[in-house]
Amino acid sequence: MTKEDIIKPENLVYQKPALLNDHPMHYCPGCSHGVAHKLIAEVIEEMGMAEKTIAISPVGCAVFAYNYLDVDWQEAAHGRAPAVATAVKRLWPDRLVFTYQGDGDLACIGTAETIHALNRKENIAIIFINNAIYGMTGGQMAPTTLLGMKTSTCPYGRTVELHGYPLNMTQIAASLSGTAYVTRQAVHTPAAINHTKKAIRKAFDYTMQGKGSCLVEIVSACSAGWKMSPQSANTWMKEHMFPFYSLGDLKDVEHQEKEKQTQS
Amino acid sequence: MTQEIIIAGFGGQGVLSMGKMIAYSGMVEGKEVSWMPAYGPEQRGGTANVTVIVSDERISSPVLSRYDTAIILNQPSLDKFESKIVPGGTLIYDNYGIIAPPTRTDIKIYKINAMDATNELKIKKAYNMVVLGALLSVCPVATVESVLKALHKKLPERHHNLIPMNEEALRVGMGLIKPM
Amino acid sequence: MADEVYLLKGNEAIAHAAIRIGADGYFGYPITPQSEILETFSEQKPWETTGMVVLQAESELAAINMVYGGAASGKMVMTSSSSPGVSLKQEGISYMAAAELPCLVVNVQRGGPGLGTIQPSQSDYFQATKGGGHGDYHIIVLAPSSVQEMADFVDLAFRLAFKYRTPALMLADGIVGQMMEKVVLPDWRPRRTEEEIVKTCPWATTGCARGRKPNIITSLEMEPDVMERRNIHLQEKYAAIQRDEVRYEEISTDDADYLIVAFGSCARIAQKAVETLRKEGVRVGLLRPITLWPFPSEAVANCAAHTKGVLCVELNSGQMIEDVRLAVNGDEPVYHFGRMGGVVPDPDEVVAALKDKLMNEK
Repeated sequence: MTKEDIIKPENLVYQKPALLNDHPMHYCPGCSHGVAHKLIAEVIEEMGMAEKTIAISPVGCAVFAYNYLDVDWQEAAHGRAPAVATAVKRLWPDRLVFTYQGDGDLACIGTAETIHALNRKENIAIIFINNAIYGMTGGQMAPTTLLGMKTSTCPYGRTVELHGYPLNMTQIAASLSGTAYVTRQAVHTPAAINHTKKAIRKAFDYTMQGKGSCLVEIVSACSAGWKMSPQSANTWMKEHMFPFYSLGDLKDVEHQEKEKQTQS
Repeated sequence: MTQEIIIAGFGGQGVLSMGKMIAYSGMVEGKEVSWMPAYGPEQRGGTANVTVIVSDERISSPVLSRYDTAIILNQPSLDKFESKIVPGGTLIYDNYGIIAPPTRTDIKIYKINAMDATNELKIKKAYNMVVLGALLSVCPVATVESVLKALHKKLPERHHNLIPMNEEALRVGMGLIKPM
Repeated sequence: MADEVYLLKGNEAIAHAAIRIGADGYFGYPITPQSEILETFSEQKPWETTGMVVLQAESELAAINMVYGGAASGKMVMTSSSSPGVSLKQEGISYMAAAELPCLVVNVQRGGPGLGTIQPSQSDYFQATKGGGHGDYHIIVLAPSSVQEMADFVDLAFRLAFKYRTPALMLADGIVGQMMEKVVLPDWRPRRTEEEIVKTCPWATTGCARGRKPNIITSLEMEPDVMERRNIHLQEKYAAIQRDEVRYEEISTDDADYLIVAFGSCARIAQKAVETLRKEGVRVGLLRPITLWPFPSEAVANCAAHTKGVLCVELNSGQMIEDVRLAVNGDEPVYHFGRMGGVVPDPDEVVAALKDKLMNEK
């Protein structure tokens, strides 16, 4: 059997989504961004929305997301992506509009924009990469940094006395009336990746159906920021991140509606 | 002709809306107008004043140094604006609460008891229309017909039933003028 | 209908004008003395008529970034605020200047610094004309001096903003925002269709339809060489604006022995002072810059030549005077008269200042 015999359309089991271009990614080995990008590209393609998508990138490691996914992008100022997306969606209601933000961008400097966009029931989806650290600027403390976790600005470990508690933005989002779907996922195993893809699809679908704002948190590993190998970062994430940021759906209006129907 | 008017009193007396009525009436007559409030957070109780200019010519400054006519509705405003009336100009003031009356002799001064007159009317909110009536009888800034026309245009239809009462207030005000 | 005359506040006129010329979106946050703009939009409900989007944002920061999003997608969008709020907007304005996005920002100035006062001021001249935010940039600055210009400059500002792909600012103040005057509103114009936007703004992120390459709106560039080229491009654009878009008004300057330079509402007060002085036989002229950036340097220099001196009248401690001095370049004496902190001088104060500073009549 030659190579040419194998490379045939009927033998194809996997291919890179067409929207994900060949631009070399700047992400570190073991980083979750690449997988998250790929899932978004797949979902947009499967929805047939490639020519109707306006995406908003953040300030943080994903600032260059626009280099990798072939859709229209706007690069927002730090934390302001939900405000930017608000206007885009209201002015172009038939477009798929989503933001892609990290923990510093979404849960620190952009807390107000995030909460108000979600609470206003903007029909936008927010993909929230939470790796509990500032990756791009070199490993400083994030609003989601766990207690005891060491970063360059809490080198002796995060303490309540010095730094306060980690912020659970996704839980806050679930409590807001304007959100339709709020979920926390991860991309550390093939099964988790499948779940995350389904979550992104549901979030995008809900925004297009006018159900309200959606937040998909992806608990992520930052091997470089955490100063670990990719593999041990994943293990550390499971052992330390998941107990505090537990995976699963926090809110789904469709389930809530179904429950209401069965009760009545 | 140019009329440069200051209206000053307490917030809540209808100072700003009275100014608007003058400006709007002037506009009805095809004149140039400007309405410049000394704005502030005071909706009630604080001092309020508005500069209204009605002119046949293009108006340059909406902010003035001196006024042809001053309509003064409380003591602090009298203290502030009496000296800023041009010689030969007009001062109309409501006597209610005035303890130090005006002293100038080079201007025309009219004392009115608009507060008392309003209290005898059916609508107490017509105070500023009573004062406006007093102004119209001494200062040809607009005709009563123009004011009524302005009211028709400015008031929403559902409030047009109030126009006769406003007209009555205007007439009452016009009757208040007695030269000192 | 078109020539129907309305009696409106300057703030109200801005909102009415924006709806009529087919603006797509307004995003604002309440602050005195300009809240009537958002209130008028809300009362007019343009979303039911023209389809214009109106949104009260959670902050000035959010509002300007909503404008960023709308502008980046090719829409005609605007925001308004007063001085402290405009300081907050500087981040977004810098990003928009960098990303070359057209928009309209209205600043109905109040006295500062800090929370300052709610009374009128012109103390944001430096901020408006020298960039305002970080980086090497300018935005187009128009200074309305009447309610009519508050209405007219909305359209003008949008036209310039789209022509040059850059933010435009209307630098008004509490006087011209709060005062009422007669105004003729612009003719009704439909909002641009999707096809028109795609055609006239091929750079906009409208969704990647019709098989073109993705559009990316960003102000970020990691390569210094590339970033410098971007800066050079911006500077070339600014030079073109300075060459072609200077606007000003001259009043009684032909035979003037003395020149007053004033903008916005202050120019109205100064004009009354000119009238008073002329009656006294003093030959005074007024030059009113309408564009503060680009500044009418040549016109100022020409008018000032052959005069005995120039008086800059501003509601600040002397900001525009720096541009006037640069224009005059030492050829004539240039003096400042102004009040600060929300105090508005009356015309007689301007008359006295001119006599005191230029005519030595003490």
